[in-house]
Amino acid sequence: MFEHYLNIFITTVFIENIALSLFLGMCTFIAISKKIDAAFGLGIAVIVVCLITVPLNNLIYNYILREDALTWIGIEGTNLEFVELISYIGVIAASVQILEMFLDKYVPALYNALGQFLPLITVNCAILGASLFMVEKDLMFVESIVYGFGAGFGWALAIVVLAGIREKLKYSDIPDGLKGLGTTFIIVGLMSFGFMSFGGISL
Amino acid sequence: MNLKKYQDVIVKPLIDENPITLQILGICSALAVTNNLSVTMVMCVAVISVISFSNLFISLIRNYIPSSIRIIVQMTIIASLVIVVDELLKAYDYETSKKLSVFVGLIITNCIVMGRAEAFAMKEKPLLSFLDGLGNGLGYSLILIAVATIRELFGAGTLFGYEILPLISNGGWYMGNNLLLLPPSSFIIIGLFIWLIRSLKSDQIEEDDFFVSKHSTSPDLSKREINV
Repeated sequence: MFEHYLNIFITTVFIENIALSLFLGMCTFIAISKKIDAAFGLGIAVIVVCLITVPLNNLIYNYILREDALTWIGIEGTNLEFVELISYIGVIAASVQILEMFLDKYVPALYNALGQFLPLITVNCAILGASLFMVEKDLMFVESIVYGFGAGFGWALAIVVLAGIREKLKYSDIPDGLKGLGTTFIIVGLMSFGFMSFGGISL
Repeated sequence: MNLKKYQDVIVKPLIDENPITLQILGICSALAVTNNLSVTMVMCVAVISVISFSNLFISLIRNYIPSSIRIIVQMTIIASLVIVVDELLKAYDYETSKKLSVFVGLIITNCIVMGRAEAFAMKEKPLLSFLDGLGNGLGYSLILIAVATIRELFGAGTLFGYEILPLISNGGWYMGNNLLLLPPSSFIIIGLFIWLIRSLKSDQIEEDDFFVSKHSTSPDLSKREINV
């Protein structure tokens, strides 16, 4: 059983890395990767939010939205899948807001470190993407916890690596037109080719 | 009525203030859906309609939205529009909707939509906001269609599924570049596009973080102490 969860984790982190194989959360991935510190803070925030929202959305999908999901309270023949998107984004926006208030009140040190990144996360497609892929893969509750953690971890890993490369590159002599955004795109392209080599691994 | 202003909001986002190459908005979907021109077109139409109408509706109610909950209000409007697009696509073009899978849903978190709502529609009049949405949608589509054309033409030798460059495997002369069919190649194509645009528009070039003065004497390495 443990092996099964480890498999899901490794697959989400490396083979189906949410940033470099599925290209989600690219806007923040490229905009906030100039410095390792900031990238690391944002990475941790994404892990925490993924870990909370993916299992929550899993419960919502399995017990409310899915076809015939409401039989446990005695209503049959329902299919609420069309409100899927709006309920997931609601859950994400609400939990980010609650997390922000909670950290502000009880863990101010962490709030100061993560605070500025939290509002960005609501519109980060990595978070919504993780929930949508969770539904597509039809995961059970415990699996979805592992998947949420793995998705966040993979994204954090990728952004920290990219920030490291960009910090190294800041002294290099790059053609004018490619400075900044241009090179970053090409680096991400090459990194993503690198991550494709994990694709051949079967678990 | 100031026509110039209306013209500006449509024309500027095409090259001068392109959402993808300058504002770093809406990149996610630019990559995953561009290996096939017809799928890309559907995605572009979806994005253009969502962004224009979300700008229009948000601008209509902009004076009634309390600023503390504006993000959630904007999200609700955008998400409802995306659901409409998603359901329409499922009803009339099921094949394409399967190919786009989660990327239609991800228009909700496409930062162009959110970014324009926040930066433009919350301040400006409805018609102007609608046109701004249209302009930004078109700027986004321009890059996406260019990338998709390159990838499909040189990767598979086809456009919209019709054969343009006959492949060797079909008895023609063109050897398809399989690298272009892999998703990461779109990053590199967009990177090169940015280079092209910035060579033509030098005001878009980013400042250096560090300034290396010209003609500085290089340090004399032979005199350096070496601690072994």
